[in-house]
Amino acid sequence: MPSLEIRDLFVALAATPDKPIVKGLNLTIRTGEVHAIMGPNGTGKSTLSKAISGHPDYVITSGDVILDGKSILEMEPDERARAGLFLAFQYPSEIPGVSIANFLRAAVQARLAEGEELDATAYYKRLYSKMDMLKIDRKFTSRSVNEGFSGGEKKRCEILQMAMLEPTFALMDETDSGLDIDALRIVAEGVEAMRGDKLGVLLITHYQRLLDYIVPDFVHVMYDGRIVKSGDKTLALELEAKGYDWVKQELAAATA
Amino acid sequence: MKPPTDLLAEPGLDAPTHETTAVENPTVGIDQSAGDFTYDVKYEFDAGNGLNENVIRYISSVKKEADWILDFRLKAYQTFLAKPMPTHWATKDLENIDFNKIRYYLSQGTKPKRTWDEVPDDIKKTFERLGIPEQERKFLAGVEAQFDSEAAYSNVKDIVAKQGVIFCNSTEALREHPELFKKWFGKVIPTGDNKFSALNSAVFSGGSFIYVPKGVKVAMPLQAYFRINAENFGQFERTLIIADEGAEVTYMEGCTAPKFSTSTLHSAVVELVALKGAKIQYITVQNWANNVFNLVTKRAIAMEDAEVKWIDCNIGSRLTMKYPGVILKGRRARGEVISIALANDGQHQDTGAKMIHAADDTTSVIVAKSISVGQGRSTYRGVVHIPKHLKGCKNNTECDALLINTNSRTDTYPAIVVRGDTHAVQHEASVSKVSEDMIFYMQQRGLTEAQAMSLAVNGFVNDLVRQFPMEYSVELKRLIDLEMEGSVG
Repeated sequence: MPSLEIRDLFVALAATPDKPIVKGLNLTIRTGEVHAIMGPNGTGKSTLSKAISGHPDYVITSGDVILDGKSILEMEPDERARAGLFLAFQYPSEIPGVSIANFLRAAVQARLAEGEELDATAYYKRLYSKMDMLKIDRKFTSRSVNEGFSGGEKKRCEILQMAMLEPTFALMDETDSGLDIDALRIVAEGVEAMRGDKLGVLLITHYQRLLDYIVPDFVHVMYDGRIVKSGDKTLALELEAKGYDWVKQELAAATA
Repeated sequence: MKPPTDLLAEPGLDAPTHETTAVENPTVGIDQSAGDFTYDVKYEFDAGNGLNENVIRYISSVKKEADWILDFRLKAYQTFLAKPMPTHWATKDLENIDFNKIRYYLSQGTKPKRTWDEVPDDIKKTFERLGIPEQERKFLAGVEAQFDSEAAYSNVKDIVAKQGVIFCNSTEALREHPELFKKWFGKVIPTGDNKFSALNSAVFSGGSFIYVPKGVKVAMPLQAYFRINAENFGQFERTLIIADEGAEVTYMEGCTAPKFSTSTLHSAVVELVALKGAKIQYITVQNWANNVFNLVTKRAIAMEDAEVKWIDCNIGSRLTMKYPGVILKGRRARGEVISIALANDGQHQDTGAKMIHAADDTTSVIVAKSISVGQGRSTYRGVVHIPKHLKGCKNNTECDALLINTNSRTDTYPAIVVRGDTHAVQHEASVSKVSEDMIFYMQQRGLTEAQAMSLAVNGFVNDLVRQFPMEYSVELKRLIDLEMEGSVG
């Protein structure tokens, strides 16, 4: 069964490599599983997802990330993506002048063997069926990627890309932020529809709200660059009721 | 090789019988650029290297020109000598042009063939490799294929010829349609406009002549393809397009040259005349090798209710200086310039537009987008002129620059002179950089860094490219992809 293993990972900003943000994080995700990482602001959740996908602003100072038994740290971001890693961005970039249809087409084409041509008819058929699932208007395909999109549209566009690219592991960075309740439901339903034994998901979120719709198999609490507590879905409810201070106090008591 | 002076010393010679000269051209290996190749070609007529009056007489006698044309050429030569280089405002790189090394005329004869079968094999294979005959069959109303100084092939489809449309090269036009040609020749761009228009006027050869009769609308585009084959060569085509009242025509030109170690000069003069209510669309997609000095003067005159649109894509070359213009001479005339320039390492694209309003209620639009890659430099230089005595003129200018690398450069020099208080003028300019986050976003979806760059650049020009005929937008996208391949890493 494919797995994504994060081993004793230390991550810092490339500009300040001696100041780690992620400090010795361990986590293994298998396909078929949904993990949620929760935690207060500034604890390194987004840094973790960007570092795993190879963002040039971050540097992994020690530890390893293993995808299907192979370290991905030497791979370019696009190689990691083609190896099955997908990042749903908290703040997706705008690409002026490039339509969603053309962008996704290029991304799908990039996954084909050299010399193999994309079947345009089959591509559009699949694109439209995924759009129907996410209740996205057909006109959407001719709009420039993320340009002038509302927060909800951007997040739906991320899920559409995920549905089209069929990753093995998806890192979803605060996909619930900026969504109203209807948009949240649509996005969550989209993720639920993709859920299955071919996909492993890491959800990064502040709030329990998203987990009402995408019920996780595992919940981890991240604090000061590490996972400090793990449990099942009830942990998320406990956090919602007691707040993060509860974890901090527990942690302080344990280390005292 | 005999220098032309020897030939002209023979008395009573009007058709030089130059010895056939084999020209040694290094066959350059094919790399990523589709136009970068040469085949050995035997030239029948060769004016040698360097420029003097005898070279001009030689060119004129090969073409069997009327006396007035030779006079025109010789006068232009004096103007060329007298005019200074425009280095004071543009670039010192112009001083590196060695006019004594350039070969001013090379051809296999002045009569173009009407079928591809008749075109000599050594020339035909070049155009076949560039895909010209295939494009002609698919979507063009007529094609002229110029190889160095003269058209090797020129043909217009019967359906268009029957409408009275004339499409030939300037050599033929001067022989067969002097009355049409002479009326507008050198009237839109006078010889003394600049040093290079004077040079062209002295040694011009080839280029297209088009006349579209009153009310005739040519449905498919006419195309010319300009190919430089020889090293140290100067190509000086002269194009004149006349759309008579209510006529409509679209003309497209493509240009390529192989990469030589020495520089090549391309210095064309293009004059467009849109009479009352006529519409001319002129599309250029040039992909010169990076040692070509491309110094071209292009201008149109638009009479009452006429419309002229220049679509100008400049990729490649060492230095391009080109500012297509429209003189808005008649009421409600409309001029538009859509300009795309891509400057890569070692290249300078100095491009823009000129809009000279000379009648009431005239409208001009300039949209210029430039991309600077690596140490490439792009410059927008524009003139908009609206004098005080006119009423109701409009201009909208938009220039956007995209910088790919931190050492890329862009400059904007818009000169807008508007007098009077009934005009509406708008100018917008922007400079943007492809952000690291945008590239990472695309890479995260599986595109390589070069593919991501390419997509970003194509996106930047997409709103302009959509106005192109399909075949040309595909070609431009392919050229951008090639340019961006080496831009990262």
